Amino acid sequence: MSALDPVTLAVMQSGLQQVCNEMDLAFVRAAFSPVISEALDRSDGIYHKDDGALIAQGELGLPVFVGTMQFSTRAVIERVGRAGEVRPGDMFVVNDPYLGGTHLMDVRFVMPFCYQGALFAWLANTGHWPDTGGSVPGGFSANATEIEQEGLRLPPVKLYKEGEIDQEILSIILSNIRIADQRIGDIKAQAAALHVGGARLTALLDKYGEALVSDCIVELRRRAARQMRAKIATIPDGNYRGTAYVDSDGVVDEPLEIVMAVRKAGEELYFDMTGSSPPCRGPMNSVIATTKSAIYLAIKHIFPEVPINAGTFEPLHIAEPRGTFLYAEYPRPVSGCAAEVSQRIAEAVFDALVEAIPERLFAAPAGTSGNFALGGFDPAKGRAYVMYVISGGGYGGSAACDGLTNGCSTIGISKTTPIEVFEQRYPVLFEEYSLHEGSGGAGRQRGGFGVNYRVRLRRGTARASMVMDHGRVGPNGALGGATGGVNTVAVERKSGVYRPPHLSKDQDIELEEGDVVRVSTPGGGGYGEPLQREPALVARDVRRGYYTADEAARLFGVVLMGEPPDVDAPATAARRAQLAAE
Amino acid sequence: MSAAIVGVDVGGTFTDLVLMEPGSQAVRIAKVPSTVENQAFGVLATLETVEARLDRVANISHGTTITTNALLERKVARCGLITTQGFRDVLELGRRTRPQPYGLIGSFEPLIPRELRLEVPERMAADGQVLVPLDEEAVRAAAARLAALGCEALVIHFLHSYRNPAHERRAVEIAASAWPNAYITAGHAILSEYREYERGTTAAVNAAIQPVLHRYMERLQGELSARGFAHDLLVMQGNGGSVSSRIVAEAAVKTVMSGPASGVMAAAAIARAVGAEKLITFDAGGTSCDVGLVQDGVPQVTSEMELEYAMPIHVPMVDVHTIGAGGGSIAFLNDAGLLQVGPLSAGAAPGPICYGRGGTRPTLTDANLVLGRLDPEGLLAVDNPVTRDRVRDVIAAEVGAPLGLDGEAAAAAVLRIANDRMAGAIRMVSLARGHDPRDFTLFAFGGAGPMHAAALARELSIPRVMIPARPGITNAIGCIAADLRHDYVNTLNTPLAALEIAEARAVLEAQIAEGRATIAREGVAVDDVAFLHFADMQFEGQTHLLTLPIAGPAVTVAELQEDFEAAYWERFKVELPEIRAVLVNLHSAAIGRRPAVPLAALAGRGQAATLAEAQSGVRQVWFESGWRETPIYERRQLPADAVFAGPAIIIQLDCTTVVEPGNRVALDTLGNLILEVEP
Repeated sequence: MSALDPVTLAVMQSGLQQVCNEMDLAFVRAAFSPVISEALDRSDGIYHKDDGALIAQGELGLPVFVGTMQFSTRAVIERVGRAGEVRPGDMFVVNDPYLGGTHLMDVRFVMPFCYQGALFAWLANTGHWPDTGGSVPGGFSANATEIEQEGLRLPPVKLYKEGEIDQEILSIILSNIRIADQRIGDIKAQAAALHVGGARLTALLDKYGEALVSDCIVELRRRAARQMRAKIATIPDGNYRGTAYVDSDGVVDEPLEIVMAVRKAGEELYFDMTGSSPPCRGPMNSVIATTKSAIYLAIKHIFPEVPINAGTFEPLHIAEPRGTFLYAEYPRPVSGCAAEVSQRIAEAVFDALVEAIPERLFAAPAGTSGNFALGGFDPAKGRAYVMYVISGGGYGGSAACDGLTNGCSTIGISKTTPIEVFEQRYPVLFEEYSLHEGSGGAGRQRGGFGVNYRVRLRRGTARASMVMDHGRVGPNGALGGATGGVNTVAVERKSGVYRPPHLSKDQDIELEEGDVVRVSTPGGGGYGEPLQREPALVARDVRRGYYTADEAARLFGVVLMGEPPDVDAPATAARRAQLAAE
Repeated sequence: MSAAIVGVDVGGTFTDLVLMEPGSQAVRIAKVPSTVENQAFGVLATLETVEARLDRVANISHGTTITTNALLERKVARCGLITTQGFRDVLELGRRTRPQPYGLIGSFEPLIPRELRLEVPERMAADGQVLVPLDEEAVRAAAARLAALGCEALVIHFLHSYRNPAHERRAVEIAASAWPNAYITAGHAILSEYREYERGTTAAVNAAIQPVLHRYMERLQGELSARGFAHDLLVMQGNGGSVSSRIVAEAAVKTVMSGPASGVMAAAAIARAVGAEKLITFDAGGTSCDVGLVQDGVPQVTSEMELEYAMPIHVPMVDVHTIGAGGGSIAFLNDAGLLQVGPLSAGAAPGPICYGRGGTRPTLTDANLVLGRLDPEGLLAVDNPVTRDRVRDVIAAEVGAPLGLDGEAAAAAVLRIANDRMAGAIRMVSLARGHDPRDFTLFAFGGAGPMHAAALARELSIPRVMIPARPGITNAIGCIAADLRHDYVNTLNTPLAALEIAEARAVLEAQIAEGRATIAREGVAVDDVAFLHFADMQFEGQTHLLTLPIAGPAVTVAELQEDFEAAYWERFKVELPEIRAVLVNLHSAAIGRRPAVPLAALAGRGQAATLAEAQSGVRQVWFESGWRETPIYERRQLPADAVFAGPAIIIQLDCTTVVEPGNRVALDTLGNLILEVEP
């Protein structure tokens, strides 16, 4: 392999990457599901023909799919690919979480890619469909206790046979999901994206020849592993430990704990989640593919410059957490795993490593997707609707800067839908969309802020469901920084204010015309001692209304005077000395 | 002698001017260093260089980076915001993003800080119905407070104003009575489209740069008037058209990104004059390259530009895809031992090693020098000459040694990686959008464009390369070639099945009337006013838009349906008869056509009688097939009827063209070099 020309190798790396990026773009522009087209909840990649190992993945794809698609592609190969049953133009559809998946809404298409008559690789993509059936619109049932309540589960089935869609399979799918009329658009977009990838990959092979491309794929994998090992080597050897908590499973009102032991030895990292909570009754179980993927993406967030292929993950050794809620088996419900549990797993990794490499890391981000679904009937338009709202929150502070306000979820790159679009489409009125004051965890670099919104039902009746998190404990601070503000939900009804017993998760809350749902999302954790924060920055934050003058004194030890407020230096020095002594 | 016309473009490094006299073949050109602190000095210097008699100049068209730079450097006016109660944080919250897909560290400061964002009671519903009447007293108090807090510019941005602007209009009236100047921007007036964050940010951008642009224009106009110029300046906009300085500051945001736009406009005008209607434009400079697409002689326009992280600017602009690859891009080995070129750039200082200004890291320009493509003697702006051997040795040490390559092979590797990245940028605007590069001409300009164009065309199977007569002043030519242009966009968001075509026609008629009125207000002589019309459409349930040209007010529902389906098939190769089409926006561009520019005058006259006489030397040049003894030609000497085969190097003052072995070269009637490229 040493004979490979290094320049060709670099050209090939960007060539494979571009194939994937073009698939990502083709999918997102043509998709109907706003979860795909606006929220970018999809991913495309190229996988090894024998074992599904990741060859390249689009840079524009959703991070949580970084590792999972190689598991689901492998599942397709094991189930059907090896039977010699694949022909050019075939395409499989699969969403079974236990076969290398996430939750049921993430539907994968897997296509054998043949070059000159022989299987060369698999092309696969994942798109989050707005609905795949189940007990609640959107699939985020907060109190499901088995997967059948979460929706239609598809094992790998051949949806396209030699280029023709199988109408019988299609009719089974469309008969079992909501808002089926637009799904044909997503199905065609998802399939078309793989065809774009096929055409580009063929062009690449035509140009460089199959042997050279194959050699480069092997070498690029080796290089990625080498690059990841070089990064891992910068972490001091040792044993590290982090924790994170899920508020509850939605059914039993007790927190779920993630215990993350990380051992760094040489150029390898070992992850052990022994001691984490046992499998839960509600939908906060995580399938193993998602658990592993969450660790991969956490490491990728720490070392973003390492490219993604199967080699990237070679130095990461994950002990399978059997017997915990992080290793879900049939029929455990799993709808919360991709959106919430994966983010808590990533936070546990951050929490473990922040003391080891404080310059690289950051305090915990808000880390909840803030899923909120409102399903109802609009009497003015005479039709049923389902509205999905996702929310961001604050990021943690870091050595470099304060945390970002209203950042997107750790596992996502999804944008929120504009309020003007919600109000055009659904009978709702947003009365507020504002910065969640005080939610940024205090620190030398404070956390970013979460969001508040108030939404009023203008017509008809509706049911509200939500799967959020960090309602019990805010995102962790680091190196002396405070935790970020918690997530809160309140429903204002004529009968009074209702708060979900599980704080951040509930389903089928009945709403009447005029009722209001109020949500505040978490702020990020603070980084470093709050008493070391530059007083002028605290004063600025008070002028902006991020914190009150009282919070400035209480959390940061900064005393202000005047209007607009500025630092009272002697009083601040005294106050900080007093707080430090306490 | 007829009155002269002038185009003057301020770029990052140089300010360029071209002066032409319609009726005569006289052309004068100037290139002076840009003056960063006050761009007007550079502009005046170019006019002095060509000894322009300003009293005899009919027209000056000006491309300026002043607004783009002000935004990127955040040297903007202090602005205040008055907005709907409950929504003052829209501009700060954005749409839940982060700067990069991976990595959770990053920050963002909105253009208007929180303490200068005030709320007033008022509310429109999505259908334009008033839910909460405007609290006029609150508007008055908010404006007074913001003025007292030292705000120079004011933004008024209410929810759903694209549907019913009555509250915004009334609030502007009230605020204007107390505001000390005219710098008040209403959200709907800049962009009458839905999406509150993008519309609000676009309005905030406008307000933030309006005073900056206005002051600059007043100063420059004053200087020019004092020197005898009797007319209003024309200013280039990002949509590729120009606007009178009299009104440019009203919609200052439209001047952002006008530099890349004027290059694409020049390309379109030059190519159209010789019958080339489908172009990929490729402008490579020191730090980046800009790629654009011209179809049917018209540059592609987008309304979804993001100037930097979390700064969306949603006014129609020429669609230019930029990547950080240019002559100054630095070559290095990453952690995986793979060679990369850019996006980090050595810039103008310290610059490439061969400029002798202290640069120590190898750049693409250095690689071109080592490979014989650039002549060390011919470089502009060299402080202390550095020998080719010295440059080669640095490349050998920095790039070659770890890869096991000698200096020349390492330089070739740098060139190949850079070409690969540039080719990727071209693929993204062509192939990735459903266009076949084989149908296009690659129009290359900028200091580094013509050096790489032949290799890119070969890589991408583009059959023809066109290099204009004056590649280094293309943007200035774009300034004089550009027509007046104003864009109007209104949101309808109605399924075709439910569309009252009369309503759509009324929108288009109103856009036409507004366009005519605006052009009349500019007081600039135009031959006629023409209109382009577009529909932004989607299938019901989608969020992305597809823009298609439409006939204008005569359009029918059936045409919209058919044209949309055809465009969708063209772009995605997907048919969706199951799903309804929706008309989201109607967009009209009013174009005030200015007198044609005598482009032929730019060609100059071949000064040599034969090709041999145009040859100034010969040297060894590297190509993928190996080192070749290669003739060097002087561009301005090339006879008009010259036809020859590569390899060749063609040099002119600020630009070098590389002709690969196998290329056929000829000049067309406008003096453009045409390279026919064998795939």
